[in-house]
Amino acid sequence: MFAFSVRRVAQAVLVMFVISFIGFAIKYAVGDPVRDLVGISVSVEEREKVREQLGLNDPFVVQWARFLQKAMQGDLGMSYFFKRPATDVILKKAPATLELVICSSFIVILVSIPVGIFAAVRPNSWLSRFLMGASIVGVSIPVFLTAIVLIYIFAVELHWLPSYGRGETQMLWGVWDSGLATADGLQHLILPSIALSSIMLPLFIRLIRAEMKEVLETEYIKYARAKGIAPWRVLIVHAFKNTLLPVITVGGVQLGTMIAFTVLTETVFQWQGMGFVFLEAVERGDTSLLVAYLVFVGAVFVVVNTVVDIVYGLVNPMVRIASRS
Amino acid sequence: MKTLLEVDNLTVRFSLRAGEITAVDQVDFKLQEGERFGLVGESGAGKSVTGFALINLISKPGYIAGGSVRFQGNELTALTDEQIRRVRGNDICMIFQDPMMTLNPVLTIGTQMVETLQAHRSISTKEAKRAAVETLRKVQIPSPERRLRQYPHELSGGMRQRVVIAVALITSPSLIIADEPTTALDVTIQAEIMALLLSLCKDENMGLILITHDLAVVSQVTQRIAVMYAGRIVEVGATDDIVKHPRHPYTIGLLSALPQNKPRGQRLDQIRGVMPTLLDIPPGCPFNERCDRAQEICRRQRPGLEWKQHGGRVACHFVE
Amino acid sequence: MSTLQKIRQSDLLHNFLRDPLAVGSFFVLLVLVAAGFLSPLIAPHDPYDTTTIDIMDSEMPPAWMDGGESRFLLGTDSQGRDLLSTILYGMRVSILIGIGAVVLQAFLGIFIGLTSGYVGGRLDAFLMRVADVQLSFSTYMVAIFIGAIFKTIFGVGLYAQVAVPFLIMVIGFAEWPQYARTVRASVLAEKKQEYVEAARVIGFPSSRIMWRHILPNALTPVLVISTVQVANAIMSEAALSFIGLGMPVTRPSLGSLIKIGFEYVFSGTWWITLFPGIVLVLLILAINLLGDWLRDYLNPKLYKGA
Repeated sequence: MFAFSVRRVAQAVLVMFVISFIGFAIKYAVGDPVRDLVGISVSVEEREKVREQLGLNDPFVVQWARFLQKAMQGDLGMSYFFKRPATDVILKKAPATLELVICSSFIVILVSIPVGIFAAVRPNSWLSRFLMGASIVGVSIPVFLTAIVLIYIFAVELHWLPSYGRGETQMLWGVWDSGLATADGLQHLILPSIALSSIMLPLFIRLIRAEMKEVLETEYIKYARAKGIAPWRVLIVHAFKNTLLPVITVGGVQLGTMIAFTVLTETVFQWQGMGFVFLEAVERGDTSLLVAYLVFVGAVFVVVNTVVDIVYGLVNPMVRIASRS
Repeated sequence: MKTLLEVDNLTVRFSLRAGEITAVDQVDFKLQEGERFGLVGESGAGKSVTGFALINLISKPGYIAGGSVRFQGNELTALTDEQIRRVRGNDICMIFQDPMMTLNPVLTIGTQMVETLQAHRSISTKEAKRAAVETLRKVQIPSPERRLRQYPHELSGGMRQRVVIAVALITSPSLIIADEPTTALDVTIQAEIMALLLSLCKDENMGLILITHDLAVVSQVTQRIAVMYAGRIVEVGATDDIVKHPRHPYTIGLLSALPQNKPRGQRLDQIRGVMPTLLDIPPGCPFNERCDRAQEICRRQRPGLEWKQHGGRVACHFVE
Repeated sequence: MSTLQKIRQSDLLHNFLRDPLAVGSFFVLLVLVAAGFLSPLIAPHDPYDTTTIDIMDSEMPPAWMDGGESRFLLGTDSQGRDLLSTILYGMRVSILIGIGAVVLQAFLGIFIGLTSGYVGGRLDAFLMRVADVQLSFSTYMVAIFIGAIFKTIFGVGLYAQVAVPFLIMVIGFAEWPQYARTVRASVLAEKKQEYVEAARVIGFPSSRIMWRHILPNALTPVLVISTVQVANAIMSEAALSFIGLGMPVTRPSLGSLIKIGFEYVFSGTWWITLFPGIVLVLLILAINLLGDWLRDYLNPKLYKGA
């Protein structure tokens, strides 16, 4: 298990290394740190002086090494638009995006597990058929369309819920700008979370159903029933626990997709998160901010996937044994 | 001696897309308390389905189409789901073929033993664990306390089957149904496990239904056997008698196919043809197409399982 | 058995006709694709021809509503373009990009998958790790990044001009791992088969064994994932266009049309968003349903999790 974890972490470091290279390559190719620092209304000589000072005339490799060194300390350059360190801008927006992802994940978990199990246990009931039919329609609706329809129905027509923004937020622990702490913030969270979860729900329902159906056919389930174990326990402890492994694996991968979809959801709901700032940065050609987003999101993916793999190793006794011997 | 189990005309059908099949056809037999009984036949003969039908564990598209299973005087086929659950794993325990497949891979041995006991007794986890350790000792598993924390794949095949036997024993049942309990194991381990099962049944005066295709195994362990063919019992009687003097042509065929019944170097006999699939069982005697003695009547009329002169029951028109 | 043989020998058509959902989806898809590609002939207006567009006609509701005109059946968008025509043209762009991107990703994926599975060893390990990592980042994220980088490098103006090939490339590069993993899995399965062994013993060069012997057998799963991938590619294109990394508003795809419409949803102008939205969902749903049917029917051993 230890060796396995070490290998996995080493790989994560390698991937981060590659990401930082891509990030640096983007900056090197299109970024203009001089402009980022001093703006455009500065004479050519002065610019050249700044360039020399910043070491921008050094060879590629030297600059990359410097970039890496700074990146390790959390310095990814200045945002041209915000006139602040890009890392600061991204980190300040991170809570908004993460809260959205967490709330959506909750919805996905709370809905997909019972629905998936039900559809596996009663595959022929009309409700299961309806749910499975709805799920294929669900995967076919783009997340931004769901978001727009939700806004139109619940905000524009019914006026039940706010249509955009995060509403009132509160600073928690001095760093986390949270919408979870106020009633207004929570109200603002509802529609975006539903929209974001809409794309994951069908996928997880289908996955849980398929895995459950497979597990329910196994000998050990029949054996558990032959032992006189209560039906709910057979379902939850014996069957569902065995479906957890594939669900966790896919869940880890899908978290990436979820963050990608926050870009879309945040656009629709004017949600001031990382994805929103990222798209603004693309429009404004704010290279440092773009790279900071790339590195930050890359880091989130890498950390999540590494953790998922290691958890998988913990949950799956097979992997654990294989690595021990 | 008291009767433990009485199976009467038990019939199990499956509704398949290809048609309705009868996997178990009017099976009846009796078991005394502490008696060891063998159900013998080729794969697909309906032995396992019979075993599951006894505890009403037939899942869709199968169903019990008729007959009765009386256990200690109670009609099992009439019980509610909750009532039959209390019988399963408590009064009647099952041992499956492949211990790798039957033990849940993600639960520890301890969990799987404790939950069985707790499903039938209100008992604290601590006490249940103590009982589990004791039972593991009974099936001769070394350092049982440590085993409780292990997962099934950490044990060898033989150890796993001992655990499965322990799970069956932990509730002190009066009947154990063992479905090919040694088939998936190494040959050297098979004898060990069989001997263990036999001695435990004797010690605890438990009834045993041993489902197997292996005539050699049943003849060592059981007192009486029933031979099944195409979902029906074709011959029932005392084990020694059937092994020495088989009456039904199918039983005769089965026995002469065993190597130990032939002198060295001589060709083994085999029954010609194969057992029909349950979808196309011929009318009359199901064995008629493969039987050397088959006459017109065998194709027309199904022979009943009747008492014959020798004191056993045989389903054949030509056995007196 | 090769895919072709399998289809010919089987009762594909019979099975297909017996499934009303499959027939319905096929019919819907056929109508949509035909309407899309015949759009220059059947569309009442030419949305690319700025001379025929009058800004005075903008935001007109559908013909059956108050203020609607029979000239514009589904109403007009914010620039006064006939919505029906714009949808038809936009659908053509969406389908074109969808198919183009799938052709590219299939080409890349099959080539990489074949090489990886056949050569094995370190190359295989390396390529599959790359595929894993890329997949773990999700194809959307990769597409968004590539799109963002391109847009930053080339600037908004140039990006708009070459948007179609760009989008094909972006989506194609983002999604090759799906194919590579599927193809590799079937190559590994086929490699063990006797006929491949036989071909090797006879001394056929490995390239020939790969293309002539192994590939045909890997085609069934490729066919199955291709349908789903076209739907995914169309969805990706719509998403990229919606966030401004795709088709420009002057030559809108369904996604960019929805983007245009979204700005007007709050003022109650719902049709610019709704109609392209419905068409987009119908298109994707029809392909997905067909893909589902095809998968159930051909039932290949797909790479788990792919």
